[in-house]
Amino acid sequence: MKWRGIVLSTVVVAVVAGSTAYGLGEWHRTRADAARAPEVAVADRAAIESEPRIVFRHTGLDSEYGVVAEVALSDPSGPRAFTGVSCDRVYARPGIATCLKTDRGVVTHYEADDLTTDAGADWHQTTTVPLPGLPSRTRLSPDGTLAASTVFVNGDSYMTTGFSTRTVIRRVGSTDTEDLERYSLILDGKRVAPPDRNIWGVTFAPDDRTFYATVATGGRTYLARGDMTAHTLTTIADHVECPSLSPDGTRIAFKEARSDPKRGSWWTPAVLDLATGKRTVLTAESHNVDDQIEWLDDHTLLYGLARDGQGGVTDVWALDTDGTTAPRVLIPDAWSPAVIR
Amino acid sequence: MYLSLSDRPARAVSADAAAQATGKRERVARVVVTLGVVSLLTDISSESVNAILPLYLTTVVGLSPVAYGFIDGMYQGVSALVRIVAGWAADRTGRPQPVALAGYGLSLVARVLLLGAHGFGSITSVVSVDRIGKGIRTAPRDAMIAASSPPARLGRAFGVHRTLDTIGATVGPLIAFAILWQIPGGFHTILVLSLGFAVLGVTVLALFVPLRTGAVTRSPSEPRQPRQRRRWREVATPGLLRLLPVAGTLGLLTVGDGFIYLALLETGSFSARWFPVLYVGTNIAYLSLAIPLGRLADRVGRVRVLVLGHLPLAGAYLCAATGSGALATTVAALLLLGVFYAATDGVLPAVAGRLVPERARTTGIATAQTTVAIARLLASTGFGLLWYAMGPREAMLVVCVALLAAVPLAAVVLRRAEPAS
Repeated sequence: MKWRGIVLSTVVVAVVAGSTAYGLGEWHRTRADAARAPEVAVADRAAIESEPRIVFRHTGLDSEYGVVAEVALSDPSGPRAFTGVSCDRVYARPGIATCLKTDRGVVTHYEADDLTTDAGADWHQTTTVPLPGLPSRTRLSPDGTLAASTVFVNGDSYMTTGFSTRTVIRRVGSTDTEDLERYSLILDGKRVAPPDRNIWGVTFAPDDRTFYATVATGGRTYLARGDMTAHTLTTIADHVECPSLSPDGTRIAFKEARSDPKRGSWWTPAVLDLATGKRTVLTAESHNVDDQIEWLDDHTLLYGLARDGQGGVTDVWALDTDGTTAPRVLIPDAWSPAVIR
Repeated sequence: MYLSLSDRPARAVSADAAAQATGKRERVARVVVTLGVVSLLTDISSESVNAILPLYLTTVVGLSPVAYGFIDGMYQGVSALVRIVAGWAADRTGRPQPVALAGYGLSLVARVLLLGAHGFGSITSVVSVDRIGKGIRTAPRDAMIAASSPPARLGRAFGVHRTLDTIGATVGPLIAFAILWQIPGGFHTILVLSLGFAVLGVTVLALFVPLRTGAVTRSPSEPRQPRQRRRWREVATPGLLRLLPVAGTLGLLTVGDGFIYLALLETGSFSARWFPVLYVGTNIAYLSLAIPLGRLADRVGRVRVLVLGHLPLAGAYLCAATGSGALATTVAALLLLGVFYAATDGVLPAVAGRLVPERARTTGIATAQTTVAIARLLASTGFGLLWYAMGPREAMLVVCVALLAAVPLAAVVLRRAEPAS
């Protein structure tokens, strides 16, 4: 019995010492990161906000990590202005921004905030809506009156696992949400109610009635057109995830799931012409792109990619829709871009 | 030959009387507490990682966790099947301890691999290794608990084990979120800590649960030839054959907790802000009631508690169906759900383990648990259909009524199994 006690004590000491040392190391590294001033050039916010710009989440490992920042559209890799607001996902239209964030603690909560970004309003928070899970996607309608959010809901009991996405639309400034799973689903022309459906990644058309979203059921994904008046979701194409409507309203950029035995499965950006149904897979991008794409202009896509070997650091990349030019980093240390013209 | 299904051992009564007479109670076997500690450590290890895995996938790996959910559901099924094979292996060798150790060991290996896993594919395959480990260890562990406890005290023994187990499952996620709160990017600290707890769990099991725990000795004259066939016949006792369809039917009416939580969310009974931590409420009710209800089961009959334990589940459905926006509804639903788990989760192996001969105990327990697990998977799928077809409240009412009808039927079917005493 005695030797067992000795072995156990040794293991306990080793485990406690090992994990404490590791934890302290990470804690110190995080503190050091949080104390470091950003390496990027910093600009005055009023100057940036006076012209077309890109709003995004800053992901440099420094004191501004996770804070929403802005750069001039004319100089995306140039100096950025920080807003002081922390978000996991952010989207913005003129005068308004929506922010999905994690409220950390022993008990961790999630919420969606609406922020007024008019000159002088200083990113003032106007509405808070609690979210039931991990922030995933958010979008505003072009005029900034509607907000959509997708969260990942964990069936967080150890008896049962399971997950679902929960995607809601609400009026900006209101806490009343409309759950898209309550919409009637019309799949290939037939009204159906599959139990395994999941809906995510909303993009709004300018009429404040039409939107597009991903519907997944039976292991397949579809592009669905949503109608907020009729409360319907009608599938119009398949094999489409995380749609994003182009500024001219003619095309949908999305991520297409691809697979081969060597690499497994990954996502590639693609563009679907809504009028002709013509689909262009942009294989010039070989990275695994798991993001809801944003349009820089009618010919260029933006999306975030994790930077290799640096956990938590991401860059916003740009890719031309002509499919011939290689993708390039547009904004380093950035995530969740939104273009305000 | 086998114990009656209503299983109120006369000895329990006399043991209580004796305890009162001498003024002291028979203590829970040390090995049961040790196995509980092993489960506590292992659950801290696995649940701390499970809780932050979606967050880890999104913030560090840069992927949405959508695909992960699909894969996870699949491995649940794999885990259920592995459980029967492991049960069979434990009975065949007559030694559950090494099989359980292999299961815990496999999960430990998964923790090591997780430290080096950076892609989506590698992370999901590591998670599947962990699930398989869980499938392997559950039945042999429960068989050891059953073998180490006097029949009259089985319910209490499982209650003690489940209390410790659930403490681990509750504390694990809280530790993980506390670490992320202090170290915002501290995912690797959680992975390292998780590995540490897994090492401690395996160490305690290897050192303090003797190899012989629950071992079944065979008489040398026993014929070895048609063993495999005979084993299934040994498992398929009239008692177990009666328990399985009943447990399976009740399992078919046990929809996942997630649905109850979502239904409560739909009825606006609490702020969505609290959604991610509802499980804590359920677990607290479960862990504080597992021992009292286990003791109750020993006294009034384990089958009775197992069957009637589904009534609080029906109550939770009713709360979810009728929730009118009052916080009390949510609290009541969580509490009732906890009572349901406390009355059934540990009691099921206590019942099943006594329905088959000692030599087939692990297989018997594994078969019962797998039946329930598969029935619940089917229930969740079927309930999803109902949810979309009728709406959350109506669907909840339907299962509630069905369960209320099934409980008395189950009681009648299982009472018939009771031999005249």
